[in-house]
Amino acid sequence: MTGPAHIFDKPNRYIGKPEPRADAARLLQGRGRFVDDEKLPRMVHAAFVRSPHAHAKILSIDTEDARTSTGVIAIYTGADLAEHVTPYVGTLTHMAGLRSAPQHPLAMDVARWQGEPIVMVVATSRALAEDACELVDVDYDELPAAVDSETALDADTPVIHPEFGSNLAWERDVIAGDIDAAFAAPGVHVVEREFRFGRHTGVTLESRGTLCDYDPSEDQLTVYYSGQAPHMMQVIFSKHLGLPEENVRVISNDVGGSFGIKIHTYGDEIATAAAAKLLRRPVKFIADRFESFVTDIHARDHIVKAKMGITGAGTIVGIDFDDLTGIGPFSMYPRTSAIECNQVLNLTGAPYVMENYRAKGRVVFQNKTLMCQYRAVGHPIAMAIADGLLEDAARKIGMDPVALRELNLMADDSYPRTSATGMKLDDLSHKRALRKLTEIMDYQGLRADQTEARKDGIYRGIGFVSMVEVTNPSPMFYGIGGAPIASQDGATLRLDAGGALHVSSSITEQGQGTNAILAQVAAGVFGVDLNRVKVTTGDTATTPYGGGTWASRGAGIGGEAMLLAAQALKDQVLEVAGVMLQTGVEKLDIRDGAVTDLEGNERLPLADLARTVYYRGNELPNDLNPELIATRHYRVTDFPFVFTNGAMAAHVEVDTATGFVKVLHFWAVEDCGRVINPLLVDEQIRGGVVQGIGGALYEECHYSPDGQFMNATMADYMVPMASEMPDITIAHIETPTKTSVLGAKGAGEAGTGGAPAAILNAVNDALSPMGASIWQMPMTPERILTVLDKAAE
Amino acid sequence: MKAPDFDYLRPSSLDAALAMLAEHDGEAMPLAGGQSLMPMMNFRVAAPEALIDLADLTELRGITVDAGTVRIGAMTRYAELMSDATVQAHIPLIGMALPHIAHDAVRNRGTIGGSLALADPAAEMPALMLALDASIEVTGPDATRMIKADDFFLGMFETALDGELITAIHVPVATPAQRFGFHELTQRHGDYALAGVAIAQTDDSYRAAFFGVADRATRVPELEAALKRQDDMKVVLTYLDQIDFTDDLKANHTTRQRLAGVALTRTLKGMTA
Repeated sequence: MTGPAHIFDKPNRYIGKPEPRADAARLLQGRGRFVDDEKLPRMVHAAFVRSPHAHAKILSIDTEDARTSTGVIAIYTGADLAEHVTPYVGTLTHMAGLRSAPQHPLAMDVARWQGEPIVMVVATSRALAEDACELVDVDYDELPAAVDSETALDADTPVIHPEFGSNLAWERDVIAGDIDAAFAAPGVHVVEREFRFGRHTGVTLESRGTLCDYDPSEDQLTVYYSGQAPHMMQVIFSKHLGLPEENVRVISNDVGGSFGIKIHTYGDEIATAAAAKLLRRPVKFIADRFESFVTDIHARDHIVKAKMGITGAGTIVGIDFDDLTGIGPFSMYPRTSAIECNQVLNLTGAPYVMENYRAKGRVVFQNKTLMCQYRAVGHPIAMAIADGLLEDAARKIGMDPVALRELNLMADDSYPRTSATGMKLDDLSHKRALRKLTEIMDYQGLRADQTEARKDGIYRGIGFVSMVEVTNPSPMFYGIGGAPIASQDGATLRLDAGGALHVSSSITEQGQGTNAILAQVAAGVFGVDLNRVKVTTGDTATTPYGGGTWASRGAGIGGEAMLLAAQALKDQVLEVAGVMLQTGVEKLDIRDGAVTDLEGNERLPLADLARTVYYRGNELPNDLNPELIATRHYRVTDFPFVFTNGAMAAHVEVDTATGFVKVLHFWAVEDCGRVINPLLVDEQIRGGVVQGIGGALYEECHYSPDGQFMNATMADYMVPMASEMPDITIAHIETPTKTSVLGAKGAGEAGTGGAPAAILNAVNDALSPMGASIWQMPMTPERILTVLDKAAE
Repeated sequence: MKAPDFDYLRPSSLDAALAMLAEHDGEAMPLAGGQSLMPMMNFRVAAPEALIDLADLTELRGITVDAGTVRIGAMTRYAELMSDATVQAHIPLIGMALPHIAHDAVRNRGTIGGSLALADPAAEMPALMLALDASIEVTGPDATRMIKADDFFLGMFETALDGELITAIHVPVATPAQRFGFHELTQRHGDYALAGVAIAQTDDSYRAAFFGVADRATRVPELEAALKRQDDMKVVLTYLDQIDFTDDLKANHTTRQRLAGVALTRTLKGMTA
């Protein structure tokens, strides 16, 4: 194995270079292949009758009129499909105590959220299927709904799954040290706040969709699937439709954004596969925007009562909090809906030296859309709790928030170590990140401007967050709990006769540039020009077996597998070259598509070597059997996750007459280890920041008291838009992880995880002259006016 | 989210369009850009038997000036208004408001007549017509009549149209004695406003039309009178009590009233600056 210095320091190595992505031109020219672009002979279309009620008993379903509607091919109820699809339960053994009820693709006797699929109509067009849906007559007996998570556990709240006796899905306590004693110690100030995080969702540009094609002659199901974990879905389709695993092929071509939305088991998608099998013809289902809002998983929805203790000199003595979160009527299969709460318990305060910690998490069922893992799972809650309280404490003891962080952040030379919650931490750089941040934002200049502006009645605020980010998960994340989710990924490189590389990987591309970085690693480590690498991802039939791209694992795990495979192929090629050139392997290298000496002088073009191997093997010694193809797999060992760290700051202006918040500028310093492509990492972080700003200021799924989703349109559910977005300045610190040669950690969660806390802190800094503060997200104009009024009373 | 089956009709004259409208007896809807109607049909909130596309009616196009009045054809698109020299020169208030109306994609298709016929209470165009004291020219099977903007908007999505089509809008040419102001409060550029106001001031008289605040674009005569008297702003704002402010997810009626007051105050400040 060649050491890292050798790989990364030579010329023309691509890793670390801002290479434009190869697929950008194709996508911009409209040649993307998203699920709805796929059209197959005899294809028909699915639409669903969905529950209009949050909770209702299904008394009867009359499909008679619908069956004779124009173009209708088939109609299925929950009972019809239950004969062909086994139910699934969203629990994992390592989430001790988590419970959930069996789910069917279509509701059986009771509908448990508004939007739950009840009846499937298959017709020759989607419009005709929708016409027929209107003719399906479902007789419901509306039941009282458990909507509000705060009352979900009350005695008079309806219990969604009576067999459980309550709406509690899961709970966990984490205790370290003695928090009561720490808070009671003399000289300790305790700040206490109640945080509310609204429910929001992912809003992918390409909505969920699947096209399922069943060939009875081979008992083969081919699924075109907009998603991020093809092999996981292969297992799920196989297991619940009763097909041999090898007879299910899942293909994810271009995916128009996912953010954790498209990594779960959705009843409408399973029903589509079942219908394809029953009808023996291709069935397409594309969720429309309304269906996306009421069925795509939601996220957040936490109410947190939290306290932080701090000495007058600024030493944090501990954090104590109680997190309550509502997850809808089921835990999502197969990843479960307890992970977000678990992350909050694990991550809160993780950047800080702290001896005392007490956290309680409770996850409750409710009659709303299912909640599960959306980008930066748990992070925005954890970061807002710790850093929100930290800046509140800074105001209380009259200390600058940067100085207070300097005092409490773990020292950069103190790793490896564990957090108060027991997380193993290594290769982090909190203090360097914070210093770089205050430098690039001109912190002192902004404070001076703030003071001046206040004289004119203009209220600007500066807010920070120091954060950790869970990336590169090991088998400890899902695999250990029994989920059919690969924690390792594989890469294959094949040298073709023309000297080009065909590479494939089990990680997936959903718009962030996965294929581009795979090509950079392959080209750079092996030694060919970047444009001579062809990349295949997203196909269970043609790629190595692996987990896909989620939890910021693509670059760190999939990239490392590619690096190892490229190195292995290089070793093979050099062995052949050594024989052909009668030279010791140690005197040869591969650069720019040719075997060279160590000074870079060309000795043998790769195409000549490959042609000799493939066409004229007679010229080689009989005992030399070159492969010219190599596969390697990689998983993280020794650590459950590889943590990334970062520091971010927001500069905002609050209009105290209207409650409007304008984000003036945002800065992020991220340490994701080795940066493979700075263009792509920066855009990942920017995109994440925008989603974080969405959570902080705009996005919220509003429900009526009886469980109706009130704003399920793009006009009413506000996503952040370009006009309102600030400049986002990105800088990097590179502390490669020692767990891999590549040294890359994930960067995908950073912006979404950190931005809400930074914006919250900035708004509260702006409001501080009025003695007001806000602890609810999104921070809407009305909510800001409310806290201003309260402070003025 | 696919519209139910409907007939698509594309008349080539106003008379033909009116005949089709009459023939369908309330079951057909005119298509005048479709930026609101098409989404409503895709949601199956609206399900007309037929759409009568007004795109080919040359009678509904063109911007002309005559005798101190600008006549704007009903099928004039927002994008056309934005680039029209006559509108810019003679109706500066429309020029001030247009950049706030949705986004390019909507402005390329949305028409002034379509917006007025829909009478969305949050839309800018009805309020502009009120502030400008415009008249709406409408044509029915038997006659053409002029309706003052003040008499045109009857409620939420409700107008004085009676089996008629809007054919044109008549707006008085701005005079040197006039000044104009426009302000809307939206969290995101191009959204419907939480509150907004369009103001035309002629000498010491004001026409101030609020939008996004109630079931229709609204003027408050007592508030305008208070402005004329140059009452203290605190007094002026008390007349906002006469508006029946909307409650919705984005703002309750108290917040809306407050924001309407801010919009008014800021607009007036901009006009006197």
